[in-house]
Amino acid sequence: MANHSVTTDSHGSTPVVGQGHGSHDGHDIGKAIRTYLIIFGALIVGTILTVWASYIDFGTPSINIVVALAIAIVKGGLVAGFFMHLVDERKVIYGLLIATVFFFSGLMYITLWSMEPLSFIHFK
Amino acid sequence: MEIPYTAHAREDTGLYNAKVGIWLFLASEVMLFGALFSSYILLRVGAAPGTWPHGLLNVPLGMTNTIVLICSSVTVVMSWAQLKMNRFDRYRIYQTITVLCALIFLAIKSFEYRDKFLHYEVRLKETEMVNGHAVNKVVDGHLVELTTNHIILHVLKHHRLPGAAGHQAAASVTAEGAVEAEHGAGAAEGEHHEIRIPFSDIAVRESGKLWIENYGPWHNTYMAIYFTLTGLHALHVIGGALVIAFILWPGAKMWQTDPERYTNRIEVSGLFWHFVDLVWIFLFPVLYLL
Repeated sequence: MANHSVTTDSHGSTPVVGQGHGSHDGHDIGKAIRTYLIIFGALIVGTILTVWASYIDFGTPSINIVVALAIAIVKGGLVAGFFMHLVDERKVIYGLLIATVFFFSGLMYITLWSMEPLSFIHFK
Repeated sequence: MEIPYTAHAREDTGLYNAKVGIWLFLASEVMLFGALFSSYILLRVGAAPGTWPHGLLNVPLGMTNTIVLICSSVTVVMSWAQLKMNRFDRYRIYQTITVLCALIFLAIKSFEYRDKFLHYEVRLKETEMVNGHAVNKVVDGHLVELTTNHIILHVLKHHRLPGAAGHQAAASVTAEGAVEAEHGAGAAEGEHHEIRIPFSDIAVRESGKLWIENYGPWHNTYMAIYFTLTGLHALHVIGGALVIAFILWPGAKMWQTDPERYTNRIEVSGLFWHFVDLVWIFLFPVLYLL
């Protein structure tokens, strides 16, 4: 197979071949692979930690919920940040995600708000 | 007309079209799963105290599936990195492992589903007093035999019961008729009993049907949201695996004609796959552990 130059195309000083990284020579990819393996290890540790923490009696179950969700958020952050390349992405994607975070938070806020005794929409 | 920006990025955004497309799609997916997570919260908070089931699912299986999905996410990024280095053969190896991981995940999930469909709750005519109320005794176990006049259930002596405190589904009857509501002991350590229950002993619902019910989505709100969330997630696994397998085998010709566009396809399908992994990272603790 001919040497497909899939990574070195650039316009001016900014490389624009989609992935949002700088240049992708073998060295950079090697570094990226090392990062992926570290994240892999962290995710496995996080999974074991989640299961382990769920059996700890903190006195109140709400602490277990907070701990489990905190670990899940960290794990999710690692997946989104490194596997999905969000640590180094283009502005358009960030803009899109800010909107997503806004609407998702709104949804969760409405959910929690609906459980307040004085709230307008009251389910309990 | 040719589709623009399939391989090279637009100058103003620095992105090729498919990447913008997949992120827009993922944003809508966040809201889809978000709505279901919101339903989960409301169902759980709205449940009568002590009735939300705990320990109904098999944690080691759920944890195994979590690890399987994490492994598949790693093989996806590794395969993409291999393509970036023009190592098509290694890319193929990694993506084949991804597809295998998807199949393992689905196999384990189907086993778990099957287990729930064979797990039965039978309410007896016989009642007992719980917190001053007469409630039907309950036998909870796995189906051994169901005929036209009796049901045989495999009951675990130390079965971990849902909402054991003061709820009518709380008490389980062993072969000796002793009511048990023990907590904590894992099912694996349990002692096995087979109980034959004649239909004449089983309570009758208002509809006239016998009170025999398996743990399908109709059983309670927990099972309903469990099947909805994991079912939707499993559909995503199937969809993602189909796309990855398509690009890997029949769609691989593009590597010869347009390698940049091909590599972008790997990245875009990978972004979807990581999202599916990310959803499971939240589903696992929420449904299995909390």
